Amino acid sequence: MDLTLDDGQLALQEELRRFLTNEMTPERRRAMSAEPGGVDRAFWLRLAEMGVFSLTLSEAAGGVGLGIDDATIVFEELGRALVPGPLVATFLAAGFVDGAADGTIVVGAVDRGPEDLVVEHLEALDRILWSGDPATVTDVPRGRLITRPLDPTTPVSHVRATDIGPGDTVDPALRDGLLRHASLLVAAFQVGLAQAAVDLATDYAKSRQQFGRAIGSFQALKHLLADAAAATDIARAGVHAAAVAINEHDDADVEPVARLDVLAAGARIVASRAAHVAATTCIQVHGGMGYTWEVEAHLLLKRSMVLDQSLGGIASAERTVEESL
Amino acid sequence: MRLRSTPAEEAFRSELREWLGVHLAQLPAHPAADDWPAQREYDTAWQRQLFDAAYAGMAWPKAYGGRESTANEELIFLEETERAGAPYIGCNFVGTLHAGPTIAAEGTAEQKERHLRPILRGDHVWCQGFSEPEAGSDLASLRTRAVRDGDHYVVTGQKIWTSHAHVADYCEMLVRTDPDSKHGGISWLIMPMDSPGIELRPLRTLTGVSEFNEMFLDEVRIPVENLVGAENDGWRVAMVTFSFERGTAFVSELLGSMVMARDLAEVAKAMGAWDDQSIRRDLAIVVAELESLWAYTKRNISTAAKTGTTGVGGSIFKLGYHDARLHLADVTTRVLARHGLALDDLGTLSRFDHVERSLYALSLSIAAGTSQIQRNIVGERLLGLPKERAWT
Ligand SMILES: Cc1cc2nc3c(=O)[nH]c(=O)nc-3n(C[C@H](O)[C@H](O)[C@H](O)COP(=O)(O)OP(=O)(O)OC[C@H]3O[C@@H](n4cnc5c(N)ncnc54)[C@H](O)[C@@H]3O)c2cc1C
Repeated sequence: MDLTLDDGQLALQEELRRFLTNEMTPERRRAMSAEPGGVDRAFWLRLAEMGVFSLTLSEAAGGVGLGIDDATIVFEELGRALVPGPLVATFLAAGFVDGAADGTIVVGAVDRGPEDLVVEHLEALDRILWSGDPATVTDVPRGRLITRPLDPTTPVSHVRATDIGPGDTVDPALRDGLLRHASLLVAAFQVGLAQAAVDLATDYAKSRQQFGRAIGSFQALKHLLADAAAATDIARAGVHAAAVAINEHDDADVEPVARLDVLAAGARIVASRAAHVAATTCIQVHGGMGYTWEVEAHLLLKRSMVLDQSLGGIASAERTVEESL
Repeated sequence: MRLRSTPAEEAFRSELREWLGVHLAQLPAHPAADDWPAQREYDTAWQRQLFDAAYAGMAWPKAYGGRESTANEELIFLEETERAGAPYIGCNFVGTLHAGPTIAAEGTAEQKERHLRPILRGDHVWCQGFSEPEAGSDLASLRTRAVRDGDHYVVTGQKIWTSHAHVADYCEMLVRTDPDSKHGGISWLIMPMDSPGIELRPLRTLTGVSEFNEMFLDEVRIPVENLVGAENDGWRVAMVTFSFERGTAFVSELLGSMVMARDLAEVAKAMGAWDDQSIRRDLAIVVAELESLWAYTKRNISTAAKTGTTGVGGSIFKLGYHDARLHLADVTTRVLARHGLALDDLGTLSRFDHVERSLYALSLSIAAGTSQIQRNIVGERLLGLPKERAWT
C-alpha cells in the first residue's frame, strides 16, 4: 500500500499545473464565457493534446494508457484552474465517440429526467451522452439559452426531452464503469475547486491587513481556513483511494464491484462538501470583496453547485451509499 | 499509488488471522467498564499473548523485543486485530506507544534493560504525567518542581488527567528543574508509582467512568538515574516521542467507528428509524466521511514511511475524525430516540454502547491537543498563516 503520488504522477500534476497556470487566466476564462456554449474550441484542442480526454485509453486506441487514479490527478488540476466545459462527459465519451479523444468533438451529458431539461454548454456540443439504461449517444437537440445562468462560466439552456432523438446505444457492459469513473472525476474536480478556494483565501488572509496586522493571524479566520484545508485534503485522499481500488479491480477482482460504486459515491459526497465549505470560507475571508463578482470565490462555489447537479445529482450518490448499509 | 499488499504482507496477514482465530476463542469475558484492576489484568494478559507470539511492539526495534515491521505490516496487524474483535491496547497505551519508544530513543542502557521488555510483555503498565491544572495546551508552563537532593530528585506539585494512574507501575513525567527557563527548564523523569508521597484522586469522566486522576506529589523521591535525556532537556525528549508517529495511532478506533456506523444502520432498521429518509442520508454521509478518513489514514502512513513524519497529517486526521464522530453521534441520538436516554440496555439489538460512545466522541477534540491547537498547527504550518501573537 502506498497512497502518495509516485514520480510519474507528480510529473503529470506539475506539467498540467504549469500549463493551466499560464493558459487559464481569469481574463481567458472571461473570454471563454463569451464563446458559443462557453467553450473555446482552440483551447479544447490543446487540452486534448495534453491527453486530458485520452488519458486512460490504451495506447493502441491512441490514448496514454494511464489509470483512473492518474485521471483524478488531472481532473483535480482542471478544477483548481476552474476550466469550463463538459470535461467529464467528453472524457467518458472518448472511448466510443469518434473525435472526443482528440478534442475535435465536444460531448455533453444529459441525465434522463423530466420533460423540461436544463443542459450545460448546449451551444458548444456536437454530441450528447444521454444517460439512462441503456445510455445512448445522440445528436444535439435545439434549446433555448437561458440569459442568466447560475454559474457565469457554465451557460445553460432549456431543452425538451422529446426533442432528443434515440441515438446510438452505448455498450451496456460499459455503463456501470462509466458512471463510476464519472463520479470520481466529478469528485476530483470538486477537490480542485476546494483547493483553489483554500489557496485564494489563504493568500488574501496573508496580505489583507486590519487592526494593524494580517487578518490570517486572527484565529477566527485561521481556524475556518484550517478546517477548509483539512476537509480538502481528506476528500483528496478519499478520491485517490477509490480510484486506486477501481484500478486494481480492473487488474484482478480485489473488491466486489458494488463496493467500488460505494467508494466512488462516497468520495463524491465528501469532495462536494469540502468544496462547499472551502468556497464559502473563501467568500467569508474576503469580506465585502468576497461578495463581489470580481473575486473568483463565487465562481468556485457556483461551479461546485453545477457539479452537484450532474450524474443524477449528489442525492443519487447519497442513495448509493445508503443502499450499501 | 497502490492499495494492494505485497505477497509477504499477505502471508503475514493470513498467519496472523490464523493465530487470532485460535487465541481469540480463548479470551476471557470483557470486564465491567469501571473495574480497573480487572481491565488491567485483561489488557496485560492480551499484551502477554501478543508478546509470546512476537506480535507485540510492531514498530519497536528487535533489540528490545519488538518486531521492527514496516508501517504497512503494522497497519495489517491493526486491521486484522480490529476486524477479529481483539482487545484494544487499553492500559498498555502509554507504555507501548509513548514511554517505551521514548526510552528506546533517549534512555540509558540500564533504563532500556529495565523497562522495555517488561512493557512489551505486559508486565509494566505506564501512565503519562504531563498535564497540570495550570498547564494544559500550554504544557511547557508546567510547574511541578523537581529539586536535586544528592542522588535523588525531590518532586512536589500536581498533575491532572492522568489516565490509568491508579493501575500503573510507572509514570512518564515532565517536571520543572529550572524555573528561570520555560521550555529549557523541563526534565523527563521515570516515576515508580509505588513511591511514597503520591496521592491519587480519581476523576470521573462525563461518560461516568473514572478513567483519569488528579495526582498529588508531595516530596516524592525519584533516583537521578531515572532521568531520561539530560536535565533541562525534557521538552525535546517529549517532542522526539511525538515524532515517532507513523500514522497508525487511530487505526483501531477508526475501523471500530466504521463498524459502529454499520451497526447503527442495523439498529435503525430494527427500530424503524430507517424509514426516515433524513436519517438514512445523514448516516450515508457519515459513512462516506469515515471511508475518506480511512483513505487519509493510509496516506498518512505512506507519507510517514517515505518521509519519516506525517507532517500536519495527524492534526488534519484528528480534526476530521472528531467531526465525523460528532456527526455519527448526532445520527445516533436521532436513531435511538428515547432509547438514548439509557446508557446501555439496547439489549440484543447491538453489540455497541452507542450512547456511551457518542459521549466519548466529545473527548476527541480535547485529549492529546485540542482541536483549537490542531487548527493553529494546520493554519500556521500548512497554510503559513502568521501567529496571532508571539507565544512564549
Ligand atoms: C480523556 C482524556 C485523557 C487524558 N489523558 C491524559 C494523560 O493521561 N496524561 C496527561 O498528561 N494528560 C491527559 N489529558 C489531558 C489533555 O492533554 C489536556 O486536557 C489537553 O492538552 C488540554 O488542556 P486543558 O484541559 O488544560 O485545556 P486548556 O488548555 O485550558 O484549554 C481550554 C480551552 O482553551 C482553548 N485554548 C487553549 N489555548 C489556546 C490557544 N492558544 N488558541 C486557541 N484556543 C486555546 C482550548 O482549545 C480549550 O478549548 C487527557 C485529556 C482527556 C480529555
